[in-house]
Amino acid sequence: MFDFHPQLKQRFAALRTGAEFFSLRYVRESGQYLSVRKNVAEPPSLSRDEGAMLTVRVNGVEAYAATNDLSQQGLQAALERAEQQARRLKPHALLDLRDQPVSSDRADYFSPNLEQPFPSLSECFELLGAESASVPKDERLVNWEASIAITHVEQIYLSSAGAELRQAQRFVYPGLDVTAYDGNDSQTRSLGRENFGQQGGADVISRCGLVGAGPKVADQALQLLLAPNTPQGPRDLLLMPDQMMLQIHESIGHPLELDRILGDERNYAGTSFVKTSDFGSLQYGSKLLNVTFDPDIPEELASYGHDDDGTKASKQFLIREGLLLRPLGGALSQFRAGLDGVANSRACGWNRPPIDRMANLNIEPGDQSLTQLISGIEHGILMSTNRSWSIDDARNKFQFGCEWGQLIENGELKGVVKNPNYRGISAHFWKSLRAVGNAGTRMVLGTPNCGKGEPNQVIRVGHASPACVFSNVDVFGGDA
Amino acid sequence: MSISKSQSDAFKVMVNWLRDSVREPEQFTLSYAAESSAFVRFNHAKVRQAGQVQQADVGLKLINDGRHADLHITLSGDQEADLQRLAEGLQQLRETLPLLPQDPYLLLNHNGWQSNNVQAHPLPDTEQVVEEICTAAEGLDLVGFYAAGPISRGFASSSGAFGWHQANSFNFDFSLFHENGEAVKASYAGHEWSSEGFTRRFQQAREQLAFLGRPLRTLAPGQYRAYLAPAALEEIMGMLSWGGFSAQSIASKSSPLQKLYVGDQAFSPLVSLDEQVSGSLSPAFSGEGYPRSDLRLIVEGKAGDQLVGSRSAAEYGLTANGAGGGEMPSALNMAAGDLSQAEILKQLGTGLYISNLWYLNYSDQPAARLTGMTRFATFWVENGEIQAPVSTMRFDDSAYSLLGSQLEALTAERELLLSASTYSQRNTSSALLPGALVSRLTLTL
Repeated sequence: MFDFHPQLKQRFAALRTGAEFFSLRYVRESGQYLSVRKNVAEPPSLSRDEGAMLTVRVNGVEAYAATNDLSQQGLQAALERAEQQARRLKPHALLDLRDQPVSSDRADYFSPNLEQPFPSLSECFELLGAESASVPKDERLVNWEASIAITHVEQIYLSSAGAELRQAQRFVYPGLDVTAYDGNDSQTRSLGRENFGQQGGADVISRCGLVGAGPKVADQALQLLLAPNTPQGPRDLLLMPDQMMLQIHESIGHPLELDRILGDERNYAGTSFVKTSDFGSLQYGSKLLNVTFDPDIPEELASYGHDDDGTKASKQFLIREGLLLRPLGGALSQFRAGLDGVANSRACGWNRPPIDRMANLNIEPGDQSLTQLISGIEHGILMSTNRSWSIDDARNKFQFGCEWGQLIENGELKGVVKNPNYRGISAHFWKSLRAVGNAGTRMVLGTPNCGKGEPNQVIRVGHASPACVFSNVDVFGGDA
Repeated sequence: MSISKSQSDAFKVMVNWLRDSVREPEQFTLSYAAESSAFVRFNHAKVRQAGQVQQADVGLKLINDGRHADLHITLSGDQEADLQRLAEGLQQLRETLPLLPQDPYLLLNHNGWQSNNVQAHPLPDTEQVVEEICTAAEGLDLVGFYAAGPISRGFASSSGAFGWHQANSFNFDFSLFHENGEAVKASYAGHEWSSEGFTRRFQQAREQLAFLGRPLRTLAPGQYRAYLAPAALEEIMGMLSWGGFSAQSIASKSSPLQKLYVGDQAFSPLVSLDEQVSGSLSPAFSGEGYPRSDLRLIVEGKAGDQLVGSRSAAEYGLTANGAGGGEMPSALNMAAGDLSQAEILKQLGTGLYISNLWYLNYSDQPAARLTGMTRFATFWVENGEIQAPVSTMRFDDSAYSLLGSQLEALTAERELLLSASTYSQRNTSSALLPGALVSRLTLTL
């Protein structure tokens, strides 16, 4: 682990520049994606990636250069390219960062169970093959796939201010999906995949529940195929954690990103209905809503010690009892806006610069069991597992869809319905939160697929949430 | 030596090394991707973030006794170090293959095809471009992104195939914001930066901005006549392209166009859509080593060709036609209609003029029912005249309705839209599309 560290340190020390501040962020990443589709092992896809980003600050102007050439000459050349760009673009620079403090922290961070070896490729294929074979024979089951993706990342951050930060992490994504088709409609039911990513080892596969899941997932796909469409009209809505993660992500996470609020993303990912003046005064949701930025849950996907600008990460309430308190903004955005934020300046790899990302964004548990949540609903619907998401560029008007729906009448779960969709407006939706599940209903989930930024970046985010109930939501089904 | 020449030579060295290193009956394919990019972000007509990225990687596939595995390796640019990485990668794959079962869907192209396409138009200095942009945007609220530089793609196999593609390109994707928060979206992209061309494009956007100052019109949910400009139609076609034409998605019933492909649904006879690789910006060969064919995906509203990768060809008994791993189109070309640019507002009469759509997804995928938002420069039109910008609205409608029963006309003029996507690497896909006049678009929120 960190075997390149001594050489990298030596090369960093030998770099020459006229910049007032410079840093180097080295990232080495290796990955493998293994899958068995319809009982046939797909060829494994393996990867090894390595490179570094040099960032300079010259007269308050920052610029970066990323390079795949890690030799002394390669790093020096990248540093000079960055320095030259910072000097040449100064007349047009938006920001003067001369007074922005920089980190000089030194620390290491490791994923849990990193020292334990991950199951071998053969063992993984054996597990996936068994899961695929456990899907029952039924001519309506037309496609199924079991998969495990693993990514190892080592990152070393060095700066001219003396910062020396090392992180070694392992991310695991187990998954299974089954598609059923009746000659007209098709329905897919899934477990894990892009909803259930965690840090760790084989323990992640256990927590996901992949082993032995084949028959149940297949049965649910067939149930959906036979189910009626979700009825249209207002209902109380019980969202399970694997849909809550998407609801949090799109209608709390993105609108609270401070770089969006400052306008950086207006050409691509969009803006926000939240203004800088709203922090400390806007009632974002009902009194039951407590939202935290929490990098301290070891298995959660975006737990880390420091962000990619070297800022130490710590748990912070963004929303407490419904009141909006602080944005998702890293050190640079905090400097620009004059607001307290969190350590969420992050890059997806060595070849992209850090920007504000949401990292781990969680809803704190309440006090009701799942049974209590259901029994408190007279006319409602349970929805589980996101499959469709769409929201406007200010992150306000949304429409989301799930794989699985179950009607709730007079406090009891009733029949399964297919194509469960709902729509609403973020600024009002969270005020309709009327019950929050306890820790027993909470799941720690995460996805590797959050897209944002120019140049574009796709990054890992974590969301831990209990099940939650919202009043009087507009729900509807599909066409088929 | 030019970047292209040195990269091409370095790739050939790796290919030759591999040809010497594999042991009968081993076979290999090697794909290559490299780019050197200038990236400049703008906010409030100033440079928000600027940088330069240099990257290169290869994808090595090793095949032996019906078993195969793929390894992507980032290159360093130093020949000795890269051959060492390749040697370690080859060893890793050699150790992996015996652990795998034979793959019944392995289909190799044994053709020793050759392809070479090098375009080396000189690109302007980034500082000069930034100067032009900032000058043009003086007094305006511009936000945008400039990406430029050379892109290289290569492919070689132990069967003797060799392909090389290199192109210089730039893409300035930008928005102009009115103080009321409304915005116009535009882009200026291609191979040769022309100050006149940029000024003309910028002026067009600036003229549209003037309309956005009028008081916003808020619409109630309901059904409206609408004109979808080419950039708006691109969002719909882009969404349908995720699995829509993929042979595997069609066979496994996850294609949003499965009802089209089984003949239960059709688009309007006005709709004909090709994957027109020849003459496009994307390479003429796929990452798995097949020359890419021009394909007729939709012919007068009915299903045509599918995009078939080698695994799908083997699994479903089809002929591989050069589709990449995801079997997605990257050079869409939709037939023009007969509605002239000058007649659009008149033919629309009263309804919505929609410049862009945003964040589409499915309400019901097997039924191709889509939802999404209006974004940037959407106008309310009455009696053929623009009245007011419209506040952001959500639509929810079937593609078979929008491009089928409700499609009145396609425009005679088409727009070439070059992808501004930079996920992992700069995208080379493009779409040549007309605008669409539809008699009914359902707004829901």
